[in-house]
Amino acid sequence: MRKVSRLSRFNIASLALGLAFLYLPILILVLYSFNASRLVTVWGGWSLRWYHELFNDRAMIEAAWMSLRVAVASATIATLLGTLAAVALSRGERFRGRTLFSGMLYAPLVMPEVITGLSLLLLFVALNAERGFWTVTIAHTTLTMCFVTVVVQSRLGSLDRSLEEAAMDLGCNPVGAFVAVTLPLIAPAIVAGWMLAFTLSLDDLVIASFTTGPGSATLPIRIYSEVRLGVKPEINAICTLVIALIAVVIVIASLASKLSSSQGESAAPL
Amino acid sequence: MAEELPGTNVAAETAGGDACPAAGRPLLRIEGVAKTFGTFRAVDGVSLDIKAGEFFALLGPSGCGKTTLLRMLAGLEAPDEGRILLGGKDIAQALPHERPINMMFQNYALFPHLSVRDNIAFGLKRAGMPRADIATRVAEMVALVKLEGLEKRKPDQLSGGQRQRVALARALARRPQLLLLDEPLAALDKKLRENTQAELMELQRRLGMTFIIVTHDQEEAMTMASRIGVMKSGRLAQVASPRELYEAPRSRWIAEFVGDVNLFDGESKLRDGRRLVIGTPDAGALVVAEPREAVGTGKLAVAIRPEKVKLSRRGPVSEAGRETAINALDGVIADICYLGGTTTYKVKLDTGGMLQASVANSARLDVDAYSLNQQVVAWFTPDDCVVLQS
Amino acid sequence: MSSRRIFAKPARFAAIAPYVWMVLFFLVPFGFVLKISLSQTAIAQPPYEPVFDLTAGWDALKAAFAALSVDNFKLLVSDDIYVFAYVRSLTVALTATALLLLIGYPIAYGMARLPQRWQAVAMVLVIVPFWTSFLIRIYAWINILQHDGLLNQVLLALHLVSQPVVWLSTDTAMYIGIVYSYLPFMILPLYATLAKMEPVLEEAAADLGAPPWRVFWLVTFPLSLPGVGAGVLLCFIPIVGEFVIPDLLAGSNALMIGQTLWLEFFTNKDWPVASAAAIVLLVVLLVPLLLYERLQKRQLEQGR
Repeated sequence: MRKVSRLSRFNIASLALGLAFLYLPILILVLYSFNASRLVTVWGGWSLRWYHELFNDRAMIEAAWMSLRVAVASATIATLLGTLAAVALSRGERFRGRTLFSGMLYAPLVMPEVITGLSLLLLFVALNAERGFWTVTIAHTTLTMCFVTVVVQSRLGSLDRSLEEAAMDLGCNPVGAFVAVTLPLIAPAIVAGWMLAFTLSLDDLVIASFTTGPGSATLPIRIYSEVRLGVKPEINAICTLVIALIAVVIVIASLASKLSSSQGESAAPL
Repeated sequence: MAEELPGTNVAAETAGGDACPAAGRPLLRIEGVAKTFGTFRAVDGVSLDIKAGEFFALLGPSGCGKTTLLRMLAGLEAPDEGRILLGGKDIAQALPHERPINMMFQNYALFPHLSVRDNIAFGLKRAGMPRADIATRVAEMVALVKLEGLEKRKPDQLSGGQRQRVALARALARRPQLLLLDEPLAALDKKLRENTQAELMELQRRLGMTFIIVTHDQEEAMTMASRIGVMKSGRLAQVASPRELYEAPRSRWIAEFVGDVNLFDGESKLRDGRRLVIGTPDAGALVVAEPREAVGTGKLAVAIRPEKVKLSRRGPVSEAGRETAINALDGVIADICYLGGTTTYKVKLDTGGMLQASVANSARLDVDAYSLNQQVVAWFTPDDCVVLQS
Repeated sequence: MSSRRIFAKPARFAAIAPYVWMVLFFLVPFGFVLKISLSQTAIAQPPYEPVFDLTAGWDALKAAFAALSVDNFKLLVSDDIYVFAYVRSLTVALTATALLLLIGYPIAYGMARLPQRWQAVAMVLVIVPFWTSFLIRIYAWINILQHDGLLNQVLLALHLVSQPVVWLSTDTAMYIGIVYSYLPFMILPLYATLAKMEPVLEEAAADLGAPPWRVFWLVTFPLSLPGVGAGVLLCFIPIVGEFVIPDLLAGSNALMIGQTLWLEFFTNKDWPVASAAAIVLLVVLLVPLLLYERLQKRQLEQGR
């Protein structure tokens, strides 16, 4: 256990610089979304003008709404399936096809998105499926499921097994013990997993581009097409809004995971 | 998932739970139980009878299989061989929730997301007890373990001792036929441990329940249990009352494991009536009482507990004592260990061996205390020693 | 049954739904990619032939099978553009991963040495940008790196340059973008490993006479290697197939394979070639992918 911080000046410097590097660009962006002047070189004072223009941009608003719906739908399905997968991997011991199963689950974590996007599109074409809301949702679910599994599985792994044993000793069958004891204790991790899947879906560009159909562009797709044409202050505004939304989501998620880590952890060495 | 809880019928609220407890029939019979983990045989053919209403201890060093045996009784492990008969029925393969047995876990395993009250009520809810009855039973349990006022708290708001009480109350709530306790006092400090020992014994007596406790601490086992089963390498070495275990150990290993002991190896020299003379290289010829079970010829060991060894400057006082064949050995004090209530002297015998003598400091100003290198006579009667197979 | 086995049986049933899903939507699509990679492009809907029409009868299927060829793969291997794109992708990924390691390690190390309560805060601080839209963050850099953007303004103000420097559409901008986006992927596994390390080991080494840099090189770094491995693979593999960052920040004279794939697919509408490129990319990444799977399996199953 660490009693005294062993921070050296080098440590502090690298931490400070690193965090500054991570946050500065975002802060600048947010700042400039309130810039009354269109030009980046001039600070024209505080203004909400770009936000007004944003709300008049139908295409952008529709894309945002589409992204939100897809994110909620895919996050929910991904959380359901991902939690089931985590339970199977964490409590299922050895079973036939386990290696293939975990291989398939964790691959999307690292696979370049162009590959996953392309392959899903080809599937949809072969099935003659109409591309739109559902194809993007399915694609995002496939991508984000493994993130949920990672979060939930790690929580299941650190859970004290004797709690489940005690539940059985007191009269629960295995499924009952899971529902009465395990589930409440991993609930915060499941919520955190949902949040993670939500933000990943909201943010995805490549896979959405491959699997979307005409008229159902997601927000990243719209932002991307605008960005290719150059920097526009209106984009700063939508970006700031997205950042604000995600910041709220993150705060909720970290509160949830704080709750989760304080309950029912086995005495594992840190 | 409603089931008839043993003991819910007030009239039949005796320990044992059997409709007609046959006199003399054990509550629990373990027959030839064995368990192997990979190539390691953790429990190797254990047979044991547990009587209703007794406080039984499974004692042994770590790795001896006592915890595995306990878990097999709870249903958390299934034996590879053998039967476990509770009230005549074999429950060896029954799942934990199908057994009228409850366990108090070593780390308490309290549900962190539930309050004290809900923890205790957990098993009752599973049994389908009506709400009003649950409330009554929980209140009863809380009073039993003296946790009034703490019902609404969560486990992380309790001290270690309080958590233990909750674990106990939770395990007792369903009035099981048998309560298993896995090293219940291991996490407590000395004072708390002593208090809890007394409370557990009181509780068991009052409820008339059958307790089986697993421990590696022989003092704990001797204090609490009415019968002790000593385990070694997966087997039961001896099952006996504390007194019998201490004064009549069945083997050399048991003699050494339970308490301190002086051991002298030797061979049987002659038999004189009801006495044996064992010749030992380290302590000369020792006269011992004939053991109840015949020991063969060959290598034997004589065991004497330190507190049975008396010291004096010139040997036993009365001439009468000398006639009744006392073992008197000459030596010098080689080491003195003052322990407060007693003093342990290590005597280097003239014959070469080392003898430990434990003397009670019965007077505050001890004028008879011995000093280093002092010549003494260490003596003990034939009945004070035990002959063991070496 | 041991308590573990009691749970194992129902737990396995939980695997069914996700299993089916992943087979349908992850494994099976790869079969399609393979099949299309062996087909020809066509002005039709879908824009490739042959099309396996299961209703057209056995002979039609046989004919379709015969029409498959490895022409696309031959094209990829022979045409300079593609070979170059693969090589460039690997080079960029290696360089970027090295940069990420150099920058990320000190940050992770600093995090691991913070007092306990600050570590949780630091974790959240590092994760937050990661969860903030990836695209937005790249866009933020475009904002800063553009001709009259903040960076040039600062440099001019400090008189470090006399004229605005061209940052955008250069490899430098691309590396900045990649490092910026993937930093959390490098920091988190490193931090996880470093945080688990007992500080007493470093203290013992110091006690035995090793100066700080030696303590690091002989004790800390070797023990952190699993985290290094995880971080390196977690970054290297996706960077090879990156599309968005090079597309927005790098010049258009040299393309990475992700961009080539995109172009073939969306601009040239040549699905077969794009598919073949994807297959080759997969093959190229096979070894690191398998390495990663093994590492992941070992790390997660240690926490069972």
